[in-house]
Amino acid sequence: MQIQPIVSALRKHKLATALIALEIALACAVLVNATSMIVGRLSAMHINSGVDEASLGAIVVTGFDPKQANDLNARMVAGLRAIPGVQSVHVVSSVPFGSPWGSMGVTLDRKHYVTVPEFYEGGPGTPEALGLKLVAGRFPATDDYQPLQGYLPLSSRVLITRALAEKLWPGESPLGKEFWSGKNQFRVIGEAAHLMMSQYNEEGERGAQWTVFVPTQPGGQLSGTYLIRAKPQDLNRVMTAARAKVAKIAPDVVLDHDYSHTLPTLRTKFFATDRAMAGLLVGVIVALLGVTALGIVGLASFWVSQRTKQIGIRRALGATRGDILSYFQTENFLIVSFGIVLGVTFAIGINLVLMRHFEVARLPYWYLPVGAVVLWILGQLAVLAPALRAANVPPVVATRSV
Amino acid sequence: MFAYYLDLALRSFRRNRVLTALMVLALGLGIGASITTLTVLKLLSGDPLPQKSARIFAPQIDPLPADSQTPAAKLWHSWGNLMTYTDAMNLLRARRAERQAVMALADSKITPQVPGRHPFFSDGVITTSDFFTMFDAKFEYGSGWSARDDEDRAHVVVVAGFLNDKLFGGKNSVGELIRVNDHDYRIVGVLKPWAPQPRFYAVSLGGRGYGNGDAVFLPLQAALADKVNPQTVNCFDANVDINHLETAPCAWVSLWVELKDAADAGAYQTFLSNYVAQQISLGRLHYPQVALPNLMEYLAQQQVVPEDARLQTGLAFGFLLICIVNTVGLLLAKCLRRSREIGVRRALGATRRAIFAQFMIESGMVGIAGGILGLVFAELGLWAVRHQPAQYAHLAHLDLSMFVATFAIALIASLIAGLLPAWRACVVAPAPQLKDA
Repeated sequence: MQIQPIVSALRKHKLATALIALEIALACAVLVNATSMIVGRLSAMHINSGVDEASLGAIVVTGFDPKQANDLNARMVAGLRAIPGVQSVHVVSSVPFGSPWGSMGVTLDRKHYVTVPEFYEGGPGTPEALGLKLVAGRFPATDDYQPLQGYLPLSSRVLITRALAEKLWPGESPLGKEFWSGKNQFRVIGEAAHLMMSQYNEEGERGAQWTVFVPTQPGGQLSGTYLIRAKPQDLNRVMTAARAKVAKIAPDVVLDHDYSHTLPTLRTKFFATDRAMAGLLVGVIVALLGVTALGIVGLASFWVSQRTKQIGIRRALGATRGDILSYFQTENFLIVSFGIVLGVTFAIGINLVLMRHFEVARLPYWYLPVGAVVLWILGQLAVLAPALRAANVPPVVATRSV
Repeated sequence: MFAYYLDLALRSFRRNRVLTALMVLALGLGIGASITTLTVLKLLSGDPLPQKSARIFAPQIDPLPADSQTPAAKLWHSWGNLMTYTDAMNLLRARRAERQAVMALADSKITPQVPGRHPFFSDGVITTSDFFTMFDAKFEYGSGWSARDDEDRAHVVVVAGFLNDKLFGGKNSVGELIRVNDHDYRIVGVLKPWAPQPRFYAVSLGGRGYGNGDAVFLPLQAALADKVNPQTVNCFDANVDINHLETAPCAWVSLWVELKDAADAGAYQTFLSNYVAQQISLGRLHYPQVALPNLMEYLAQQQVVPEDARLQTGLAFGFLLICIVNTVGLLLAKCLRRSREIGVRRALGATRRAIFAQFMIESGMVGIAGGILGLVFAELGLWAVRHQPAQYAHLAHLDLSMFVATFAIALIASLIAGLLPAWRACVVAPAPQLKDA
């Protein structure tokens, strides 16, 4: 295929060529950035919570007198455990994707704050029921579960995540080490692979794992949230029964309908906005590619009809249908390539602007060649129909006056 | 002439139906997407109290201890106008503004006095007497409580219309007792529907930014006596006694003031600085910075508009730009195809200006058609938005100004798109075109 005649033909249509190339460039810029945002949202949705979500559910009740906390805990645990299929019930401060219980700044020297992890508390057996995976150390023993003084025990032996250990003591084993929050002291006895913050938004994936589990005796402030464990196949039935049973166990308290669900449901609710945004972005991409393809079809059809006579002459001089077809396809390939070169610059520019103003990650560079290939294919498909029409122009047209 | 050009345009559309349909469709899609996102953005960044937002101010001071590493501006960005109870009440009792109110949010347990109905939680505000007049909350029945009731810790309550409907079937319930947080309160007022969007006073207090409004309004000091738990408590000292919030080193209430005018605002800012200076000399506060943003400045400072909404609007306009470029290309193709027609018209005496006008009218018509289609797409888009899982979702409706904006955007977009082809059309030299024929 000779490119020279195509280029000189395009030179005669600078404006139309430039317009199509500009459209391709804009489409390329939006396409790769939108795709990168979709991937960002979807990968956020796959965050590892660190717990056996499929077997867990939460029941949250509020509106009781703190003085009755112990009595309420006892009634709720006994009542919920009596539901057939329930394997265990634990009093906890919160669950992943639940309502956050509390975050506090921690120090290593009682002076300089290092970071602000989220604190989970739970009664005896909670880490095992959650299904936390230890990478070092041990789970709390019975005497590690201490009574609360307000919101925390004064001194406690805790589990922390690997991410938090890495933040507090980079490259060292956290076991046996101490950290502080105000006058509360914490000694690390175990390191968990993962345990996500109940609700995260700012620190992203890495910060989302900065958590501490404090073993405590239920009662006082630790009341009202109950972790239910059941076999995955029983979970939905068990949770429906549990929600209904709360009104019988404790008629005066109020069930929190937002947070009393299975963990899979809480996860789905938690990421609903991200899913909607990802769906919207997919919609924009589809509409965008559609409009771009229509633009190519429109302009290519115009060129074909304008050059009918020229095509007829070429055919009469011996050009095959394949020659005509590949002429238009090569032409399209050249224009799209020109647009892609421009589009790559746009894409990087837009990404830089987005990174400055929004929480958008840097564009992975391999998206650019993928975007280019998509647009090349789109261009070839869009130009196919007009090009086939051109290839079907009979040579006799050349002899007629148009 | 105009009517003649319209007729010409219609004829040309009929001649190239598919091409015209493509242009209108592309433009309609772009406009529909832009209007949908603009409507949402306008809804989110609207003025919650349009009649008086310029006179409502949020005083900000820095309550952090002496060794704090946080600059005041950064603190205000994350804490808004949160204050300690002591500072807020000192400023409230100074009564240096036209109106002033201290407030916090507290989820409130409402126990219906009807057998068989379960207690439920509703959004509650604990505040002081000026809240209703300052924020223009109008009463269906009764009125707010007095400053005297505040100090006396009177157990009185104002309820929202929707709660009155739920509990009393909408009748005048002033004087009735309701049970809130396991204490009896006497209803003194029932509000007409009142739900500023965004719910500006809740932004720093840990509430939702948008929604149906609050259900119960309790006097701050009476609620505190009943040990109500505020939604957001930010403490800045390790030795916190959470059970005595009035004296705890925690910021958990916000103060709003209404001032007459700019001069009054200047005077209040001076008063605020003097207050802080005095507290610094007493050793209670440590930083002299103060700020007094008005309502809209405060909302901008707090960045209440969700990032997603701004991102979507940017995306939609990027899309519209592509649609316009697409329309330019198609219009150009159409007009070049008609070179001969233009040649004939020029030879018969039409001026360049006339040709230009003819093509601009033609693209204007594409724009109007695109606008109508865009309106359909916008309604579809807003329908989709209403089914999104966002707090503001149910509020997304096309209003009159957006309806007008649709056509303005459509017309401007199409005229911009038409400029290049129309210019190309009017520079067509008549002679070669005629010769060729």
